[in-house]
Amino acid sequence: MAMRDRHKRPSRGVLALLLLASFTIITLDARGGEDSPVEPVRSAAGEVFGPVEKVTATVVRPFQAVPELFTTTRALRGEVDRLEAENATLRGELATSEVDRARADELDGLLRSSADTGHALVPSRVIAHGPAQSFTRTVTIDAGTSSGVRPDMTVLNNDGLVGRVVRADRSTATVLLIIDRDSVVGGRLGSNMEVGFLRGRGGIEEQGRLDLDLVDGAVTPEAGDVLVTWGSEGGKPYVAGVPVGTVTSIFSSPRELSKRAVIEPFADFSALDLVGVVVPADTRGDRAVIRAGDPGTAGEER
Amino acid sequence: MAAARALVLTLVITLAVVLQVALFPYVSLGGVVPNLALLVVVAAALVRGPEFAAVIGFLAGLAIDLAPPADHIAGRWALALVVVGYLAGRVRHDARTSALAAVVTVAASSFVGTSVFALSGMVLGDPTVPVGETLSVIPTAVLYDVLLTPFVLPLMMRLLRRLEPHQVAY
Repeated sequence: MAMRDRHKRPSRGVLALLLLASFTIITLDARGGEDSPVEPVRSAAGEVFGPVEKVTATVVRPFQAVPELFTTTRALRGEVDRLEAENATLRGELATSEVDRARADELDGLLRSSADTGHALVPSRVIAHGPAQSFTRTVTIDAGTSSGVRPDMTVLNNDGLVGRVVRADRSTATVLLIIDRDSVVGGRLGSNMEVGFLRGRGGIEEQGRLDLDLVDGAVTPEAGDVLVTWGSEGGKPYVAGVPVGTVTSIFSSPRELSKRAVIEPFADFSALDLVGVVVPADTRGDRAVIRAGDPGTAGEER
Repeated sequence: MAAARALVLTLVITLAVVLQVALFPYVSLGGVVPNLALLVVVAAALVRGPEFAAVIGFLAGLAIDLAPPADHIAGRWALALVVVGYLAGRVRHDARTSALAAVVTVAASSFVGTSVFALSGMVLGDPTVPVGETLSVIPTAVLYDVLLTPFVLPLMMRLLRRLEPHQVAY
């Protein structure tokens, strides 16, 4: 074959063709926006990769316990001392039961948050995370249109707001986290009901902090103030009253008319596992929907 | 036979892309995960040369662009990995002989690939990432790719040599 010849200069034709193809795809996708011609291809890829990611996540889930084992060791030092004489098998069992218990707690929390907010939730697991090299903060969850998940639905966990669904395939969905740079959430301060716009900073080293720009420049938020979602029209993409985070510091400059507050989110975005997608109460799907009280009233905004 | 080769390559690329998003986030360095697809492309470049590697790079990049949870403009990783495949293929006669040269190739490829991706994002404003963050992500990405090289690259090169048609590896 020609390409095996070590003295031959590689052909530029293939390179030019592939570069052109890449530029074409970029242009099509960048120009098209919501109804770009790449979108059907993307959802087809989602149908293929989604189930594979699901299986992989199930296979690697036990290894998730490994870092957790190290972090809980300190907290469980007393117990570990007592168990030191026990063999490795028993210690492994302890680690996995610890994970199961944490997971049960999370589910309890999700049930509670459903009761607190009055929304119907589809429980689902985070199965894949977008790499930091891609500079977007997105995750894949293992519930899709077959479970009633649609684009522009609110995603939360037992700590607080997580993000919104941007794309839903049959068995998986992509969630844009609120710490992503493209994410803007309407927020309301708990103490004085003032509203503002919450933007993600996408940051990695900043522990995923958020910036809040208040609409009313005369209002000064206080550190420790709790921020909840303001809620969008019809609960899409964000339902009202979901806790987001607390104010940690406030900046103001003469250059800017409004004040900027830094928000520390309640949700731990580096350790997302069980999340709930807010769905209409009459959702029927292939998995159980967590409902608060009477199904007739659940799902509506309070 | 050609169909079987294509199937194995598809499986390898799929596996690399899926592990990148489903397994490695648990051991990420500040969110940065090793770019397994890039390692596959470099291995292809070292074994088979620039044309083949550019094609593999295009396919692997497209897989990263389209597989969930990707939400950036499609084609950006494809572009980055085509460039990587071609450049790595050009230096293969030096790099396939020594381990050190292979590691340097991976480091350079990782730097070029992540940079091309970041630059395309800056040009398209998708999203507007501050230069400071880009500069902190790229070295971490290079470091992580290099760390994984001894485990992935020899394995991939051996696999690709066995897939080579009608030719004994020299």
